[in-house]
Amino acid sequence: MATSKVTAANFDEVVLQSNTPVLVDFWAEWCLPCRAIGPILEDISNEYGDKIKIVKLNTDEESSIAIKYGVTSIPMLNVYVNGEVVKTIIGAKPKPALLKDLEAFIN
Amino acid sequence: MIRDLVIIGSGPAGYTAAIYAARAQLNPLLYEGSVTAGGALMTTTEVENFPGFVDGVMGPELMESMRKQAARFGTELITDDVIEMDLKGEIKTIKDGGGNVVQARAVILATGSAYRHIGLANEARLSGRGVSWCATCDGFFFRDQTIAVVGGGDSAVEEATFLTKFASKVVLIHRRDSLRASKIMADRALNNPKIEMLWNTEVVDILGENKVEALALKNTVTGELTERDFTGLFVAIGHIPRSELLRGQIDCDNEGYVKVEGQSTKTNLPGVFACGDLVDHTYRQAITAAGSGCQAALDAEKFLSH
Repeated sequence: MATSKVTAANFDEVVLQSNTPVLVDFWAEWCLPCRAIGPILEDISNEYGDKIKIVKLNTDEESSIAIKYGVTSIPMLNVYVNGEVVKTIIGAKPKPALLKDLEAFIN
Repeated sequence: MIRDLVIIGSGPAGYTAAIYAARAQLNPLLYEGSVTAGGALMTTTEVENFPGFVDGVMGPELMESMRKQAARFGTELITDDVIEMDLKGEIKTIKDGGGNVVQARAVILATGSAYRHIGLANEARLSGRGVSWCATCDGFFFRDQTIAVVGGGDSAVEEATFLTKFASKVVLIHRRDSLRASKIMADRALNNPKIEMLWNTEVVDILGENKVEALALKNTVTGELTERDFTGLFVAIGHIPRSELLRGQIDCDNEGYVKVEGQSTKTNLPGVFACGDLVDHTYRQAITAAGSGCQAALDAEKFLSH
């Protein structure tokens, strides 16, 4: 399944109360490494969307959430399980490296 | 199918090599890198010294133009990484991240360079927690804060100047007593009221539990140790050549730069050429990288015609 957009308004429902792990991609339009991993995350979402839900949070539009989770570098990928951050990946990485980082959630 | 030419890397060197090679009808295949496409210029702002652009050009825009120019003449662009190469024989074999294997008679290496790290244990731990290598990516998150930039070259000065858009104060920390940066950029930084210079100073530790809180600093002249509060540290102390995949099969110098023969781009392996930041200790400019990419394409063309 394709990735979807998350906002402050639905963050609780979509991310924190989810029954499956959720990866939140903190990104912004002006961040080129963020744009570089965009298609990779789409791919991963299409292939593993039943195991891990991938959503995108625009840090310009939703700065309150970005501040709450202490974002100082993007792209930053947080994996949430039962409302808690269980993994943080910082910086753009190639697909095989990302899959390796997410191994615990997609196997 | 055995191709004539594969180009690995996509900064000014790789794209220029592709423009020349495509026009020479070598049907080049170019690996751009899955997340590094466009190279170092993708995280810069305005490039003021690339000839032909009277009013300057944004780094990413310049790369997009070179990419399109390479594509226009028939370069096949692949947005993936090369993960393995065997360059020794007459036919070179290249394997990419998607598992595809490509064979070619000639290869141009233009993999560029990666950010140099200070080498402190806390640097890795606090990376993305206040330690950054990319002002254009992360500067936004340091609005109204006091942050440090370490380095003394063009990139350090550019980052410091860019960061004054967001930060209330930027302290540029340099271990010597003068900047290596070009005069025009250095003057701009020195005259910026938001930038404070900290000369003869080294960062010896980065302090903070879950995020950067302070830096431990050492005066390189007196040896005096001090601590100072910062919420962010941008590291701009230069680059290291991205030659990890080549070690052991191609001649590199002690610092990891690929060795080339005289003024050419020929490596010690027949049919393998290297250009751009991967071979350049000295100049490391967009224009010199583009120039050496052109040389590599001409060298490869000559090699293939024999």
